[in-house]
Amino acid sequence: MDAAGVVPPRKKPRNAQDKAKRKLAFWLMIPSFVLLLIFFITPMVLTILFSFTNLSLTGANASALKFIGFQNFVTMFKDPQLAQSVWKTIIFVVFSAVIGQCFFGFLIAFMMRGKNRTFRRIVGLIIIAAWVTPEVVVGFCWVAFLGDNGTLNLLAHSLLGMKPVAWLYTFPMISIVIANIWRGTAFSMMVFQTALDDIPAEVEEAAVMDGASRWQLVTKITIPMVRGTIATNIMLVTLQTLGVFSLIYTMTGGGPGNATATLPVFMYKQAFVAYQLGYGTAISLVLLLIGALASLLYMRVLKVRL
Amino acid sequence: MMRENKGMRALQYLILAIIAVLFLLPLVWMLFSSVDPHAIQAIKLPSHLTMANFSAILTDPNIMRSFGIGLLVSGFQAFFVVAISVLAAYPLSRYPLPWKKPFLLSILFLTSLPMTAVIVPVYQMFLYMKWQNSLIATTIFMISTSLPYGIWMMKNFMDSVPEGLEEAAWIDGSSVWGGVRKVVMPLMLPGIFTIAIFTFTGSWGNFFVPFILITAPEKLPASVTIFQFFGNNGLVDYGQLAAFSVLYTLPVVVLYTFAQRYMSKGFSFGGAVK
Repeated sequence: MDAAGVVPPRKKPRNAQDKAKRKLAFWLMIPSFVLLLIFFITPMVLTILFSFTNLSLTGANASALKFIGFQNFVTMFKDPQLAQSVWKTIIFVVFSAVIGQCFFGFLIAFMMRGKNRTFRRIVGLIIIAAWVTPEVVVGFCWVAFLGDNGTLNLLAHSLLGMKPVAWLYTFPMISIVIANIWRGTAFSMMVFQTALDDIPAEVEEAAVMDGASRWQLVTKITIPMVRGTIATNIMLVTLQTLGVFSLIYTMTGGGPGNATATLPVFMYKQAFVAYQLGYGTAISLVLLLIGALASLLYMRVLKVRL
Repeated sequence: MMRENKGMRALQYLILAIIAVLFLLPLVWMLFSSVDPHAIQAIKLPSHLTMANFSAILTDPNIMRSFGIGLLVSGFQAFFVVAISVLAAYPLSRYPLPWKKPFLLSILFLTSLPMTAVIVPVYQMFLYMKWQNSLIATTIFMISTSLPYGIWMMKNFMDSVPEGLEEAAWIDGSSVWGGVRKVVMPLMLPGIFTIAIFTFTGSWGNFFVPFILITAPEKLPASVTIFQFFGNNGLVDYGQLAAFSVLYTLPVVVLYTFAQRYMSKGFSFGGAVK
């Protein structure tokens, strides 16, 4: 039949059409390509390059940039402060994000189910208000809350007769962890509210009819049904928390000493306070690598199919 | 739904109420102190209400300029992130492209990298190019850092607009651009607003980037000038600090209230990844 004769001529225009589409796609994406290349990819490549140099803002090294091999990394691994900083980052992320925000977010979302509409709305709005407040303001609010003459000391004194405690100096890590839980819980709460709303009511009703206790219902039905969301949420809040700088900087400035210097704060101190840009870059490479690992893990968890 | 005994329910109400109060306390300090003529570090009821703190902030030309700069930077950032993301998202959503998959995977990868980490080389780049203290260069850098998120979200929002609708517009004689403008964009408005608002508020609250890249006091946005109350001399004017914080937080609250009806969409992972 003439179908055989029709196919080749039809194929050609389609190829041409695909080509035209590719061309158009290329032009439409040029702005994104250029910006990502200059401001995202280049700095990342520079991070790797600079971390092998003696880059510095002041002193003799400032004028003579040269490659010094792995010296920054040798310094870094010998530097007990770095190991401590990594450790502090892990504590900060695990306690404030993975345990704090996820756990409280889930708890609140779970308890809010089936409660009075107005009550839910008010509680939800208060928690979201903490989340939308800019990080620096959150920092100030917490300094006022935990400060020497702050609200907590006032409450502790008037209710328990306690002497004032310099919370930010005595318990700096706990302070920033609590502030970050306060700030970020709303995100996890909203994520879990969406996920819990998607559980069909029949599933839980059936379990109750079969005589499941409340505890069994939660551990055997509800949590397994939102397991995927829990995993995704843990990854997301981990990634968000890894880069937190402003909150810690506002509250403690990384101190006292280096007590709250997580990797971003430690990097800032080395690069912009001590002016050791090369060393600062080596630290940011560590942060970037941890972020990249977490990011890849996140993509695995999401099981991205494109 | 589930049957719960009354005691359990009451306990949950109580716990939620306590949590709400704990979440409210630090914020209430800010609200009370902003109208308190003698604000202190601890929370207290103002003896009488005053607008003096607010008027001190609103009549300070330096502070007002920093708010203006903040609005400009964040406004431009939101606008350009949306515009550039729409351009990139269209072919990613509609055309079969050979490098689509690696590109999208890289974009997703970039969305979750901690941007704090690249600031040192960016700073070095700005020094080298003599871009330091340039608000335009800083804004372009901030646009770039929001692009992966913008493109990723925009592509997902665009995927949810059925292609058939667009084809119908083409049959009615629309061009590709006409179809996008008349069919795709109106249906994507919630998505576009979500991305614009997220970008704006993220930028408005971004302290770190301008803090590093801008040193000239007259060019600092509000996110950095707020630190002036935290004087090195140890004397803090808590009333003015609180009033500044309230004014600085206000645009974000207004935008989120506006965005609330679209927001729940962004929190469901189920449909977001395709």
